[in-house]
Amino acid sequence: MERPLTRNIRPGAEPLDLDGTRRAGGYQALEKAVRTMTPSEVTAVVKAANLRGRGGAGFPAGVKWELVPMGPDARRPKALVANADEMEPGTFKDRLLLEGDPHQLLEGVILAAYAIQAEVAWIFLRWEYQLARRRLQQAIAEAREAGYVGDVLGSGFRLDLRLHVSAGRYMCGEETALLNALEGKRAVPRAKPPFPQVSGLWGRPTVVNNVETLCCVPHIVDKGAEWFRKLGRGPDAGTKLYGASGKVRRPGLWELPMGTTLREVLEEHAGGMREGLRFRGALPGGASTDFLVEEHLDVPLDFESVQKAGSRLGTGTMIVLDDRTCPVGVLENLERFFARESCGWCTPCREGLPWVHEVLRALEEGRGQAGDVDLLAHHARMLGPGITFCALAPGAAAPLGSALGHFREDFEEHVKQRGCPWRRD
Amino acid sequence: MAIWIDGRRHEADPERNILDVCLSRGLDLPYFCWHPALGSVGACRQCAVKVFKDDKDTRGRLAMACMTPAKDGTRLSIDDAEARELRRSVIEWLMLNHPHDCPVCDEGGECHLQDMTVMAGHLVRRTRFEKRTFRNQYLGPFVRHEMNRCIQCYRCVRFYADHAGGKDLGVFGAHDAVYFGRHADGVLESAFAGNLVEVCPTGVFTDRTLGRHYVRKWDLQTAPSVCVHCSLGCNTTPGERAGSLRRIRARYSGAVNGWFLCDRGRYGYEFVNSERRVRRPFVRGEAATSEVTPAALARAWSKGRVLGIGSPRASVESNYALAALVGPERFHQGTSAAQTALVATIIRILREGPARTPSLREVERCDAVLVLGEDVASTAPMLALALRQSVRRQPERAALELGIPGWQDGAVREVVGNRKGPLFIAASVANEARELDELATRTVRAAPEDVARLGFAVAHALDASAPEADGLFGRLPAQIAGALAGAERPLVVSGTGAGSEAVIQAAASVAWAAGAGRGRAAELVYVVPECNSLGAALIGGRSLAEAFAAMERGEVTGAIILENDLYRRAPEADVDAFLDRAGHVVVIDHLAHDTASRASTLLPAATFAESSGTFVNNEGRAQRFFQVFDPDSTDIRPSWRWIAALDGATDRWPNLDELQAALARELPIFGEIAAAGVPAEYRVRGARIPRALHRQSGRTAITANRELHEPRPPEDPDSPFAFSMEGAPRVPLARLAPEVWAPGWNSCQALNRFSAEIGGALLGGDPGVRLLEPIEGAPPAYFSPPRVDSLPEPPPDSLLVVALHHVFGSEELSALAPGVAELAPKPYVALGEEEALERGVSEREEVDLSIDGGPILTLPVRIRPGLPRGAVGLPAGPVRFVPAGSRARISKR
Repeated sequence: MERPLTRNIRPGAEPLDLDGTRRAGGYQALEKAVRTMTPSEVTAVVKAANLRGRGGAGFPAGVKWELVPMGPDARRPKALVANADEMEPGTFKDRLLLEGDPHQLLEGVILAAYAIQAEVAWIFLRWEYQLARRRLQQAIAEAREAGYVGDVLGSGFRLDLRLHVSAGRYMCGEETALLNALEGKRAVPRAKPPFPQVSGLWGRPTVVNNVETLCCVPHIVDKGAEWFRKLGRGPDAGTKLYGASGKVRRPGLWELPMGTTLREVLEEHAGGMREGLRFRGALPGGASTDFLVEEHLDVPLDFESVQKAGSRLGTGTMIVLDDRTCPVGVLENLERFFARESCGWCTPCREGLPWVHEVLRALEEGRGQAGDVDLLAHHARMLGPGITFCALAPGAAAPLGSALGHFREDFEEHVKQRGCPWRRD
Repeated sequence: MAIWIDGRRHEADPERNILDVCLSRGLDLPYFCWHPALGSVGACRQCAVKVFKDDKDTRGRLAMACMTPAKDGTRLSIDDAEARELRRSVIEWLMLNHPHDCPVCDEGGECHLQDMTVMAGHLVRRTRFEKRTFRNQYLGPFVRHEMNRCIQCYRCVRFYADHAGGKDLGVFGAHDAVYFGRHADGVLESAFAGNLVEVCPTGVFTDRTLGRHYVRKWDLQTAPSVCVHCSLGCNTTPGERAGSLRRIRARYSGAVNGWFLCDRGRYGYEFVNSERRVRRPFVRGEAATSEVTPAALARAWSKGRVLGIGSPRASVESNYALAALVGPERFHQGTSAAQTALVATIIRILREGPARTPSLREVERCDAVLVLGEDVASTAPMLALALRQSVRRQPERAALELGIPGWQDGAVREVVGNRKGPLFIAASVANEARELDELATRTVRAAPEDVARLGFAVAHALDASAPEADGLFGRLPAQIAGALAGAERPLVVSGTGAGSEAVIQAAASVAWAAGAGRGRAAELVYVVPECNSLGAALIGGRSLAEAFAAMERGEVTGAIILENDLYRRAPEADVDAFLDRAGHVVVIDHLAHDTASRASTLLPAATFAESSGTFVNNEGRAQRFFQVFDPDSTDIRPSWRWIAALDGATDRWPNLDELQAALARELPIFGEIAAAGVPAEYRVRGARIPRALHRQSGRTAITANRELHEPRPPEDPDSPFAFSMEGAPRVPLARLAPEVWAPGWNSCQALNRFSAEIGGALLGGDPGVRLLEPIEGAPPAYFSPPRVDSLPEPPPDSLLVVALHHVFGSEELSALAPGVAELAPKPYVALGEEEALERGVSEREEVDLSIDGGPILTLPVRIRPGLPRGAVGLPAGPVRFVPAGSRARISKR
């Protein structure tokens, strides 16, 4: 089984330096692209490869790039931004790629910038990823020295590459809030349209791609669209970093074909549940996705299938809930996070999430009242997509709404028993 | 173009958003973060509607009306159950942390949050958790801060920082603890901070001056009025209760000030309540009764030869009445010879030249600007606010090209970024806060004569037939000329502030020369000193200097001085001499001042709030201000009524309409003046227009301590307004509505009901009549630039006196308002950095100053960066008379 993204990554070891990267085939795709391909050919192959965004939304990267105005009339400087602000609870896939193979990301960034003819590329890195920061700085210095940055390989395509370490807020993972933060403004989202491809960083055409997405690009350019598509098992192409956390035997992260089932990830790779525990449900793609439960174990983890099952693939890194952990407690923890990380721009998120959290806390502390569960259900509905300004609150509503659907009796028990039944043991 | 709202067809402009269309069609849809001047950002999520793809779509999707363009054929529902449920949820969320302190909140009764809470149907509080609390800040004498009421609509910072360029109000914190305030307690720096009171949808920012003598909106008497604190003529709504003026609010005008006011205009009103008001007639310092005085006066008047001195802060009507009384030969404008000449030049340029003066709102739409010699941000703050918008015109075209609608504020601002359209400023001084400098493409600091020469050089670069000027500025004139010639709507701004005729002439030359390439002259704005400078000058009359000369020659024996403190207009010695010689001096004014204290007869005049009349603003727009309240004393009368009494012919002009008719007959320039107002007999379905809202309380109780019977409301012979809550409930002409109010809309946001298109003209038309129009296609009669060698050699070691204007403290009337006085500077003498260094004087050091060999003033030094070498600045106002253009000597003590 091919594992293009992680082939050079050895957990616990230093990443390959530039020479090692080159010996392992790194930067070949970039050579090929700037020497033999036009920017639109790069975009075309990425589009044909059906590379969908790995940050969670699954938007096809090639289509995103195509929306960027090209030619002499385009407003400049255009920008390519690598979204390395990985702060989704339960998610640590980009961290592996950043720490384990920084040159792979750089090559992807430069290729994407070439495709959209960006003058500047930014890597927007989560503050806590200090190890990644050191390794990226080293890799960028090497790449600049070797002529991959600047006048790229003497091709005449000029690219400035910069690393920006975020001040650290979940909100910055939202691409338009990220752009505001990068401009030194408050990290609040922007209205779309206009999309960043048209008016992004400082009002100029900008593409924001997730780290894992960009890491796929060199391999697509190198080996072709057909090869990439075949890596996936189902309709979605490529491999995917799947992860599992919670009370499983072997929490971790694995590069597997796109479309691997939930059961396979859970049982074969994560080693199943810990002794004496039963699987009760999982948030398949980070905290902001809906719970999948036992009946969904055979759902292939690709964008369509997970959506059909009522959730989202998200980041592909699942949080597993067992039968001895209180789902209300889990939700209380998650909603505390979401309420705290709300940027405060739009009303439902700013005011609704703290209310949700207060209610959950009250349930946990034995202060629940009749009507509380309905109030939570009301919020799960009213914080849905299309109502709030960005996807943060709908993301927070997803685990809440699905937990109320699958585990409603647990919530009601909290009210009835005036406290958390799980803590009585 | 039409859209369908709940099955009914409504005309709609596709350039607008759905919220805008719904509101202008009179539909109720709650909102918070949207503001007609600030556009849409989609933050509050309150204006949710259901939008349907087509007539077959029955499910639809929820959308924010403010963020959805009103495309032709759009189908939407306000009434949709889901949309209503969401709106109810949003208001419930907004109210979670609101303190519910309406009974003790100054916003109560005119609170948009109250209105929207009711409109969105939030009735029962369901939460049982603690509210978050904030610490409030001291923000200065004008604005009070109560952050706990905040609903985080972001309008305050969007107005203060984005629209008005303020630097010291921002957003702090995140999630449910977002804080709007300063980094620390302190006076808000922006001269437009008072607008926060109206922009804020609830009681976070309230009017501190109103708070000191608080009444609810529904208890105020109001009438349409005009600001008296600069020449722009912003429209205002003064509110009165029990004989004292309680506040001023911005009154929307589609042609002048839009939604806003500067803080001088908003907070200067307290002079009306001042201790220095003249409330009774005085004869030789003794209080007199009104029965005795006029007769006595008439006798005195009939004996002597009397000259009249008018005033640029008195109404057109009062000035005219005085001119009619003393005769045009003996009527003098109440301004210095220099000032009189400057204003006369401006009038000549505006009447005879080809350049048109735009309204303040039109200034916002100009896209390339040259400011010559005027410190606009100090002398006419609202003009600076308009110029701040005009620099966005060129860069925001990029947003329109990207298909971003103009109302989508965040996206437009992102595209505009820091880019600014052309704005060139050449002046000897800048506003203390350097308000416009930060926007300027290039700023030149030079003495007035050099500023003029730059202007003439620009004119020559635009039109080679305009006379050449000494080339002092390198490529700059060509650069400015290029920017003006390349613009769609170029504008030249100047005024009397520099005290220089040449500057005024240069500005006209530039505007005219801009017509050479484009076939039409550039637009041209002049700032003049006072609220009725143009109106008074259009009456005619000679200058104060000639009045003094006539007195000196003994041609007259007495003087009638109308609303004028001569000590602000001329050197003290000259005024003293004039008053000493005059046998009989009648002063008609509302304020006691040094001139009034020398009066043999002092007559109490009504202020703008106690009388009706007309001011002509800097645009040449005649605007009517209507009497707001009846003064407690029958002695207080409009100046023109006192003048009629002096004539012994009180029935000469029984009311304002008759007086205006006489004026229009005599001076054709005022032919249309009546159209600036409305005849006193105007009635709405037979009824007068009530000045009080229908909810006014205490009508029968308010005077019960003196008289148990309800008093008859006073008569008003000059306007169709009644001092009453009874009368026509609605006025078809929005410009006559005493206050904005509509069912369900108790706050100032009710304004949406008063224009056909939001942001456009008021229903029935904006107020005012333009008296000055250019002569289209008139050949430019270019002025000649001042020649360097033609100027008299200045006395050695002398400095050119420059008047420094302050937003607070320079204007006479507002300086009496306690808040304004608090922010006004103390007298000082300003030197540029170089000049101070050369003379070895430092900040705060006291120096002796003598102007034109006059008496010595001892003043502390202030270093004013940018003040050119060879110049000395004196604060207009704190230093009572600053003869700009004269020479001064300073010496170390």
